[in-house]
Amino acid sequence: MKKLLALVLAIVMLFCFAGCGENGGKLLGMSEAPIEAVEVKVDYEIPDDFKIGFICLHDENSTYDLNFLNAVDAIQKATGLKDEQVIVKTNIGEDDACYNTAKDLATQGCKIIFANSFGHEAFMIKAAKEFPNVEFCHATGTKAHTEGLANYHNAFASIYQGRYLAGVAAGLKLNEMIKEGKITADKAKMGYVGAFTYAEVISGYTSFYLGAKSVCPSVTMDVQFTGSWYDPTEEKNAAEALIAKNCVLISQHADSMGAPGACEAAGIPNVSYNGATYESCPETFIVSSRIDWTPYYNYIIKSVVKGEKIAADWCGGIAEGSVVLTGVNQDVAAEGTVAKIKEVVKGFAEGTVKVFDTKTFTVEGKELTSYVADVDDMGDYKPDTEVVADGAFNESVKRSAPYFDLKIDGITRLNEKF
Amino acid sequence: MENTKAKNSLSFHIVKREQTVWYKGLAIRAIAVLLALVVSGIVITLLTDKNPLAVYKSMWSGAFGMDIRIWSLFQDVAILLCISLAVTPAFKMKFWNIGAEGQVLIGGLATISVMMFLGGKIPLPLLLIIMIVASILAGIIWAVVPAIFKAFWNTNETLFTLMMNYVAIQLVSYFLKVFVKTGSGVLFPMPEFGFPVLFNQPYLLNIIIVSALTIAVYIYLKYTKQGYEISVVGESQNTANYIGINVKKVVIRTLIVSGALCGIAGLLLVGGTNHTINTETAGGRGFTAIMVSWLAKFNPFFMVVTSFIIVFLQKGAQQVSTDFRLPQAISDIVTGIILFFIIGCEFFLNYKIVVSKNGKEND
Repeated sequence: MKKLLALVLAIVMLFCFAGCGENGGKLLGMSEAPIEAVEVKVDYEIPDDFKIGFICLHDENSTYDLNFLNAVDAIQKATGLKDEQVIVKTNIGEDDACYNTAKDLATQGCKIIFANSFGHEAFMIKAAKEFPNVEFCHATGTKAHTEGLANYHNAFASIYQGRYLAGVAAGLKLNEMIKEGKITADKAKMGYVGAFTYAEVISGYTSFYLGAKSVCPSVTMDVQFTGSWYDPTEEKNAAEALIAKNCVLISQHADSMGAPGACEAAGIPNVSYNGATYESCPETFIVSSRIDWTPYYNYIIKSVVKGEKIAADWCGGIAEGSVVLTGVNQDVAAEGTVAKIKEVVKGFAEGTVKVFDTKTFTVEGKELTSYVADVDDMGDYKPDTEVVADGAFNESVKRSAPYFDLKIDGITRLNEKF
Repeated sequence: MENTKAKNSLSFHIVKREQTVWYKGLAIRAIAVLLALVVSGIVITLLTDKNPLAVYKSMWSGAFGMDIRIWSLFQDVAILLCISLAVTPAFKMKFWNIGAEGQVLIGGLATISVMMFLGGKIPLPLLLIIMIVASILAGIIWAVVPAIFKAFWNTNETLFTLMMNYVAIQLVSYFLKVFVKTGSGVLFPMPEFGFPVLFNQPYLLNIIIVSALTIAVYIYLKYTKQGYEISVVGESQNTANYIGINVKKVVIRTLIVSGALCGIAGLLLVGGTNHTINTETAGGRGFTAIMVSWLAKFNPFFMVVTSFIIVFLQKGAQQVSTDFRLPQAISDIVTGIILFFIIGCEFFLNYKIVVSKNGKEND
């Protein structure tokens, strides 16, 4: 009897503590990352004369470039490469400066040259043709599979999976709001700040939306474009416009603190991108997805050192450690978010969950059975490759950079000028 | 100089120098550069743990370290010089044209539009001629609109030219949206419709063109009647009116020259270098050019030196941040210190400080 009483008391006290956390007495803070970290395995010897060069559009002040620079530090730590062996060039524009820098790096003896911005591609290809013995690797590009150069490669990550997981967290939050009576199910509208009407952005927001829809079927979404990858003022304005249109949760694909800041000021939950914004937005940040470039760096260094071929297109996923999530902010996210995300991650691995499962969305009221996308980016803007197979839109399979550019039902584009 | 100790404090005043002898001028400038290097050396040591000598060595290597860096250095000097030449006639006339950035961009936009729509459809020499004409016309329009408003309605040309920059940037952004249908905003370069490459050196033609322009602008400003009219209007509009110069006409004509040269800079950047365009193509050179022009006291040949110094510092700063993994901000601080001393020494060239031991109370 005493034992039972003790047990009951213990349980009551446990609930009390939990209650305290919920009621704002004590902050619970960030959870562990729901995706398990993948260790960077360096099982190869790097010669002392090996050099690798990195070309970045901006510097550490841009979250996009910071993400690449952090990965440079990580791979350097993992491989033990010396500072002289890792040359980082920041603030290299998307013009002839990129070609010059690539040539500069090649002349210095770099075996691999990596560039991080979409607009670097043409200039990397130009340099690749001049230095056939140097490997040129380019993030987010589209031309490697058609260019036919043995030493030019594209890379990306299946970040749509990360976005989908972040969307699941968003959907659970909406469900919580509905349950608490803050909104009705038909008012579950999210807002999304996008950069350009470009496939990479469209693929990103669609997967985010589908993630939310998988747990909250009544969700809709408005998308506002800014026409720039980095414009704090425009992003803030876009987020505020979406909030004014009764969006109850905001996410973004743009590189500044504009949107998260606007959300924190308005008390609207936010799903971030390219790193945690928890520090500056503790009351609204839910979770953030990003690409970790360390696994790719590891792959290309290993390939060159061992004399193996680098794939023309490389798309890292959750298993490779390329797609990562931050911890979940337990003070904002709905209960059970971490567990649900873990469940979906398992579903991805087993193949039971697909992001662009054609049964989960419609285009103009119809299920998608076939879609020919412009995968071979030859400048003709002509669709060339069938990408729907096995009941899903197969993103990043035919090339690493995303090509999902459909307008699905439930998502409204507020401005299409960009 | 007497060394008698006065009871009252030292007082000093500033006197304008009559005429500085050339070797004195050179010495003052040399001292300024030396001082700048010492001060920035101290700053580097205080802010980071790097050896300042190694930092200077790295700066040097950023500019001259290999063939490709030297070519790139001269290319950047050429472009900056071209834009500096463009702003000079207007500044000499005391017309504050800070719209070079936009004039260059719009010249570039005209060039790329011609390449997009006529490239491959007409013979290359004809295409190049149309590119030249289009870029010059676009530059002229961007410069002459504020000039007309200034001449006839006395509007503020500083604000007007500044605002024209934003219009040009937005137009580039808009046309990128129209040109690039994938929506990425990145236009794939079209080198096949660009300038011919001389002796396998892609920047050589740009450098030759700007060298010729430098001589032409020098002659225009120094030896032609129009150049003289610019000086007179700049010195005093009343004098100009009095001796029968049509000020309105001079303002508009000079801005046509300015705009045309900016258009050419845009042409060189797009047709001769990048073969594509984005909103960063002018890269702030339209504003840096103002400094180049002022530092050189509007003399085109001195501008070769001043634009060289500025580009050298930029290249050096970038190399420093690469070699030592320092944020670009540190290099920018060093550049700032050096420029501060160079500009500051102009003061000592024009004025001298006279220290007198007897305060005014003694008189």
